[in-house]
Amino acid sequence: MADTSIADTSQAATMAAGPRPAPGAAPPRLPWRRMMALKGASFTAPFFIGFALFTLAPVLLALRESLYSKQSSGLGFGEKTVEFTGFDNFARGLEDAHFWAAMLRVALFAAVAIPTIMLLSLMMALLLDALSHRLAARFRVPLLIPYMIPGIVAILIWIYIYSPVVGPLTPFLALFGVDADFYSGEMIWISLGNLVAWSSVGFNMLIVYSALQAVPREIFDSARVDGASEWRIAWSIKVPLVRRSLVLITVLSIIGTLQIFSDPMLFRTMTPETVTRDFTPIMAIYDWAFQQGEFNYAAALSIILALVVGAASAVFYKLTNKAPV
Amino acid sequence: MTATLQPAPASASASAKQRAVRRRTAPGAVRHGTRTKVLVITGLAFFVIYSLAPVWWLLVAATKSQGDLYTSNGLWFSRIHLWDNLHQLFTYQDGIFIRWMWNTVYYGVVGTAGMTLICVACGYGLAMYEFRGRGVLMGCIIGSFLVPSALLTIPSFLLYSDLQLIDTPYAIILPGFFNAFSVYLAKVYAEGAIPPELLEAARIDGAGEYRIFFQIGVRLMSTGAATIFLLGFVASWNNFFGPLIFLRSQEKWTVMLGLYSWLKVKMDTSTDLTGMVVVGSIVSLLPMVVLMISLQRFWRSGITLGSLK
Repeated sequence: MADTSIADTSQAATMAAGPRPAPGAAPPRLPWRRMMALKGASFTAPFFIGFALFTLAPVLLALRESLYSKQSSGLGFGEKTVEFTGFDNFARGLEDAHFWAAMLRVALFAAVAIPTIMLLSLMMALLLDALSHRLAARFRVPLLIPYMIPGIVAILIWIYIYSPVVGPLTPFLALFGVDADFYSGEMIWISLGNLVAWSSVGFNMLIVYSALQAVPREIFDSARVDGASEWRIAWSIKVPLVRRSLVLITVLSIIGTLQIFSDPMLFRTMTPETVTRDFTPIMAIYDWAFQQGEFNYAAALSIILALVVGAASAVFYKLTNKAPV
Repeated sequence: MTATLQPAPASASASAKQRAVRRRTAPGAVRHGTRTKVLVITGLAFFVIYSLAPVWWLLVAATKSQGDLYTSNGLWFSRIHLWDNLHQLFTYQDGIFIRWMWNTVYYGVVGTAGMTLICVACGYGLAMYEFRGRGVLMGCIIGSFLVPSALLTIPSFLLYSDLQLIDTPYAIILPGFFNAFSVYLAKVYAEGAIPPELLEAARIDGAGEYRIFFQIGVRLMSTGAATIFLLGFVASWNNFFGPLIFLRSQEKWTVMLGLYSWLKVKMDTSTDLTGMVVVGSIVSLLPMVVLMISLQRFWRSGITLGSLK
């Protein structure tokens, strides 16, 4: 297998890092500094051996598998053979209407949900920052409770809350004459968006809030002396100062949202008609691999998805770096 | 010694404390109008209600019998049925739920303990030593943040099939040992917490590199290691995609996978386990909430450490 050889080379690379006599110097005794560097490098060896096996090897394996296809010989009877088919899987993936429909669905969702969540997190952090330290600490724990709830449990809670039979939300809205079906095709993205927002706003708020807390207070004081209102300070000083944190959590959200899986997967148990088995890109990949048994094609789709995720984060970074501060 | 025990994240909170002190001593420093303050508190109260209401619903729902779950008001208690629910939860299918909880704890503790040791050692090596190839290794770590987990899952499944890891606990525990983000956290932490002069002094006194690590490095990094362990344990508790793909037989599942299977039962057969899923959810999240509230200091410093650098 390819994996063992990779592990070997990385080990060799770590080893080679140490004792290599400098050209021309030719010291008669082993320099203890070099010995020390070698021992230092050995601290990193266990990690990098495992890293090579469980991260690098799968990536290389994905690249290899995507170039092969399972072919049924003759009339579909008999053994299936695996053949080298070059970029056929990628060509097929690029034309896969279902896969790209899933991608578009999730991209549109990301385009609406992520800015909303960022705005909410920023708002929450600014509100918290406006309070005295003691009062803020009191608010912080309840605001972080959703972050402490395991993801699957959060999804289960909201599945039941949305449920027309168990949940309190449908009868509540019915009081106002609103007949909401959270699992219908039109509502499903709002339901999902609310769930994602509920579980992630606390964490994002914490990152922005820590960035705000790191800003020296004197800046705000001098702005106040100059007659700036609190709103003005928030918008013109605080927001630009936490821009880097906002960019970071946005990129993390882009990567996470394009790979959304467990949320729609669990929603599917409630509404299999709306949430189809290839509803999001990862669900489609999971379906191809484990329901249809086409691992090669699934590997090609994973690579395509990885490239899209990478490109989306790169474009976002580029845009935010060029934007005037 | 005490001075060196002050790690990087503590300095941030120390300056925050200073600010708090300054504010308390000079209340005029922040002059918000009453109207602004009311607006701020109202806004935050709204967010608090939004955050807590679903949890409240779950707490209330867990005390109800399955019948009351469907008929009574969701936001207030009906007849208290909690003990019967718990009894049913723990005895269903010969206590399979306890088995799942135990599995989750087992995978979490073993996997995260190993991960912490390996990643702290790696972060320490990267932070404290200059050696050829160090830049390349750092590049690998940062680069792997960008590799989406989606890319890894399918080939990992094929790889583990070859290694005969599928449907064994090792498929969950072993890959968890090697977490690039933890290495990054450990490196950043080591740079802030361990003064190189201290290592030099130990060397002059004749201590070997490994002895220095276990007697000085590990102790100075204990807070950072606790953070790494906590974040890793939480991630392992929440893991869903891994167990879903790598574990087949029911008695090896984690609690999250088990709850999912109970939710799914309704789609495949007509059995309704809603009451059990609700109580099971509460039981499965309690350890997390208790752990995270009591160890807030650790994971909050971890988040700040990871994001600000």
